[in-house]
Amino acid sequence: MELTVNLQKKLRHFTLDVNLTIKDEILALLGASGCGKSMTLKCIAGIERPDSGRIVLNGRTLYDSSKGINLPPQERHVGYLFQQYALFPNMTVADNIRFVAVGTKAEKEQAVLENLHRFHLDELADAWPRELSGGQQQRAAFARMLASRPQLLLLDEPFSALDSYLKWQLELELSELLKSFGGAALLVSHDRGEAFRLAERIAVMQNGDIEVIAPRHELFAAPQTRAATLLTGCKNISAARRIDEHHLEATDWHLTLTSAAPVPADLRYVGIRAHYLEARDASGENTFPMEARQVIEDTFSMLIMTAASSEAAAIRWETGKDIWHSLEGHPLYLRFPPDQLILLTR
Amino acid sequence: MMSWSPLVLSLETAVCATVLTFFLGIGLAYWVLRLPHGQSMADALITLPLVLPPTVVGFFLLLIFGKRSFIGGILAKADFSLVFTWEAAVIASFIVSLPLMYRTARGAFEQLDGTIVAAARTLGISEWRIFWHILLPNAKSGIIAGLVLAFTRALGEFGATILFAGNIPGKTQTMSTAIYAAVQANDYDLAFTWAIIIGTFSFVFVTALNLWLRHNRQGASSWN
Repeated sequence: MELTVNLQKKLRHFTLDVNLTIKDEILALLGASGCGKSMTLKCIAGIERPDSGRIVLNGRTLYDSSKGINLPPQERHVGYLFQQYALFPNMTVADNIRFVAVGTKAEKEQAVLENLHRFHLDELADAWPRELSGGQQQRAAFARMLASRPQLLLLDEPFSALDSYLKWQLELELSELLKSFGGAALLVSHDRGEAFRLAERIAVMQNGDIEVIAPRHELFAAPQTRAATLLTGCKNISAARRIDEHHLEATDWHLTLTSAAPVPADLRYVGIRAHYLEARDASGENTFPMEARQVIEDTFSMLIMTAASSEAAAIRWETGKDIWHSLEGHPLYLRFPPDQLILLTR
Repeated sequence: MMSWSPLVLSLETAVCATVLTFFLGIGLAYWVLRLPHGQSMADALITLPLVLPPTVVGFFLLLIFGKRSFIGGILAKADFSLVFTWEAAVIASFIVSLPLMYRTARGAFEQLDGTIVAAARTLGISEWRIFWHILLPNAKSGIIAGLVLAFTRALGEFGATILFAGNIPGKTQTMSTAIYAAVQANDYDLAFTWAIIIGTFSFVFVTALNLWLRHNRQGASSWN
């Protein structure tokens, strides 16, 4: 199963410009809301029309502006799971599935029974969509989508309509379903954890551009761009300037840091994740006296906003409650582990 | 003894006009909603008979179908004239009631979440099946409401009818034009009888519609 996408579409605030290939894998499109993720899915499904480009699924051209090809959604065989699930309100769960199933009458009944069973919907077969909980609606929508035998799955923020407890339950289920589907899937999300847990590769989108596509571990270890760094959950980013091979100046933080990795000449930003900072008793290599500006108690940790001086930008530090309490009354020194600095050139 | 022919003619023309209005109103609503351009213009054109004085509609119908017009000329060659006929009464009622059906059907279609139609398309459902199995069933209440409004409007049509179809007893005289004739002839008793009959008909239809809608309503949408 292979999908190649090349599309351009002018939107109100920016131009969508997407280039990607998926092959038998789950790819997550990670980006802030309004960055063009959903529009990309809609163009692939044929709900929206790009201005130009080419979309090919398993050798079938779905869209090609140069050849004037634009298949209607009905002929694309692309499953789309909508944020609000979009079940047909005038049909029961079983009828929703029966209505889209393909084949002879017997095959359709078979598809209904199979999918009801597979999604634990047997007891809800005769229920109306309005009677279902969010999670049940999602399962019904998923069952219906698979009954139409799609060659590719598009999942648009599949958990956004659910509360956090249900979210986790469904994420577990969805991850199983995606594995059993076996084909390619494109998942749109603004939640880095969700993207990391469900997808093998992650594409970071910003203002209509795909900034980075990388295997998930690689992306979180070395996010490459400022937007990708923020989206992967790094809270601390400072403008930066190279001093020499292993030294740099973090200009927002008013700190001179040592990096284990060689510093690129065109360095622009440096980042460090809040939980990688380490408390120390005294100054040392990459260890500086810091002032705590604000202390916030979180559920299971402490969040401390610290800075090197009163003019410097704040740095967020996350640490265990026990560590923080053991430090009380002592001057604070923080170490920036040289191998944990994220060096960014764009 | 009064003649019942205005009642029979009113019902006949209203039923025929409503059948035409029903199919064309829904068809036009569906067509306009899918127009890539010019929705506002098309919408305005179809809605016009609702806001124009019915006499203006009748006058235009006379111009379009009259003997001196192109269409009238063709009909005359076939030895047929529409003006002052029963068919003219049907056309007049049809044109005047069409906007009511069209607007309520369109509103009902628009109520349906667009992603449901988009989802149906990605699931391989043809436009034809989407229309019959998703759009129409979900717009049922709105369409029935439009149907009743169109019927009661067609039943009470006066201005366009009297200009285009005339007021010929036993041929084109409906209840509303019969009231006019009765008042002109100073026969207030007869006018009153027709007024009561037409009022009762309309009241019964609209009340039945309300009861049906209330029965079909899911959840409370009343304001109190």
